[in-house]
Amino acid sequence: MDAQTIQQLANQRRADAITMIHNANTGHTGGAMSSLDILSVLYYDVLRVRPEEPAWPDRDRFLLSKGHSVEGYLAILADRGFIPKEELRTFSQAGSRLIGHPNNSTPGVEVCTGALGHGLPVGVGMALAAKRTKKDYRTFVLMGDGEQAEGSVWEAAMAGANYHLDNLFAIIDRNGLQISGPTENVMALENFRDKWEAFGWDVCELDGNDPGALLHYFHTVPNEGKPHCLIAHTVKGKGLPYAENRKEWHHKVPTAEQCEEGCAALGVKGVDWA
Amino acid sequence: MKTEAVRMAFTRTLLELAQKDPTLFAVATDSRGSVTLTDFADALPNQFVECGIAEQDAIGISAGLANGGLRPFVCGPACFYSLRSAEQVKVDVGYSHMNVKIIGVSGGVSYGALGSTHHATQDIALLRATPGLQIFLPSDGPQMEALTRYLAQSDEPAYVRMGRGAVPTVYEGEAPFTPGKANCLRRGVNAAIIACGEMVYPSLQAAEILAGEGTEVSVYDMHTLRPLDEAAIVEAAQTGWVVTVEEHDVHGGLGGAVAEVLAQQKPTRMRILGLPDEKLYTGTSAEVFEHYGLTPQGIAQAVRQGR
Repeated sequence: MDAQTIQQLANQRRADAITMIHNANTGHTGGAMSSLDILSVLYYDVLRVRPEEPAWPDRDRFLLSKGHSVEGYLAILADRGFIPKEELRTFSQAGSRLIGHPNNSTPGVEVCTGALGHGLPVGVGMALAAKRTKKDYRTFVLMGDGEQAEGSVWEAAMAGANYHLDNLFAIIDRNGLQISGPTENVMALENFRDKWEAFGWDVCELDGNDPGALLHYFHTVPNEGKPHCLIAHTVKGKGLPYAENRKEWHHKVPTAEQCEEGCAALGVKGVDWA
Repeated sequence: MKTEAVRMAFTRTLLELAQKDPTLFAVATDSRGSVTLTDFADALPNQFVECGIAEQDAIGISAGLANGGLRPFVCGPACFYSLRSAEQVKVDVGYSHMNVKIIGVSGGVSYGALGSTHHATQDIALLRATPGLQIFLPSDGPQMEALTRYLAQSDEPAYVRMGRGAVPTVYEGEAPFTPGKANCLRRGVNAAIIACGEMVYPSLQAAEILAGEGTEVSVYDMHTLRPLDEAAIVEAAQTGWVVTVEEHDVHGGLGGAVAEVLAQQKPTRMRILGLPDEKLYTGTSAEVFEHYGLTPQGIAQAVRQGR
């Protein structure tokens, strides 16, 4: 799929996500916005999945380790046909399977995530299972940058390199902000690239809000016996003028007016399911 | 008296099964020696995964392996899997319902004088309150063999806790084992002992001592803590006096489970024998048991006190 189409789809999913958050009066706006271009490139182009057969054994695996950015993820799963679009209305409502962190009662969701630092170890297991069973599916784990303070991330980073998992992608949504403020003030990550390289990963940095750059990366990334780390530099709150780069939008809920303003800024008419 | 370390019965059986089933995997955390998995690792390297000393990672990796259609048994000291990786057990295995078998060896006070850092005396309490996992405490090698055969074909996540040293066998030959169904090893009308894990054998010895005094005691091997055999507990309570025995803190383990059932279904006088709520006495596991009365004589005395 071309970059421009993916950009439009990503913005439509942004509109879905802020509408879900507004309706539910809860959610994580900032991270959902920053990660949606990555998610869109994966789900509209890169991932080999069958929405009509979510448990297809040869599917590529995806884990939203930064599970709080669930709204954009669910909007994409609905748009790809894993779940009915109308079900997005139930987001965070009593009894819904669509809750504030990915829940594997939802078709397409592999494991329950959201407790930070869990995704990469599970992803290592998935990638290792592919190697040991001689399957060619790939595993993609999307983490937050604040999440990188969890020690279990680095346990898995060691294991990924130890087992030469070149079928594994650790993608970091490097929006630079976590709930308390800039990552560099809360727990400094830099020099972040050096850390991943020192752990034995093949590292690339790019603009994670640029579908063209993301597509180019996933279509050209070499396989040289190392697991892949993609540091995707993004803008927290991307696309919403009132939320961009503002930490309070980590989990602030947009008003109806802000939803309208957001849709206008995104060039989207609204949503077709609410 | 025949003795065998339960962990060796486990690894012997797992290796036998894995040689025929390439989906059976063993995952270790620098624990292949302590679990006795070295033969497995040497014989089936493609079915063995070493994670290094990283229990959180090992549980997550095992969940990922299970997602790929494999049947991992993640094996290491019970203390680390139940506590260090408690959140991975809760989320990646229990909540996500991934087919991972967590094999905790050297549980209870098996590590003896290595002390409380290495003891697992709260694992059952923690995991009983963690939905999604079956929980087993095998009483001897033959039962572990039967349990391993069950686990190898089960799709349910499970936690198994066993000890370290050789223990007397409770069962001759093939052990009767149905998950969730306690084994009544002896029937008596004066009292009932409900025990689990490696406390079953001394409980039988206690019943023998009491029989010599004219007190007839039922003895139940409650090898499965989840799903719990509530009917067997209510049946045991017909004697009017129930003593539970476990190598675990007195809070939240077998005794707690039995008390929950009896308080709600058949209020009955009972006594919970286990490890007290204190910084534990140090010594070999036998010395710790002696200190706290987890011995045939100590158990018999507890039964006498309530009669």
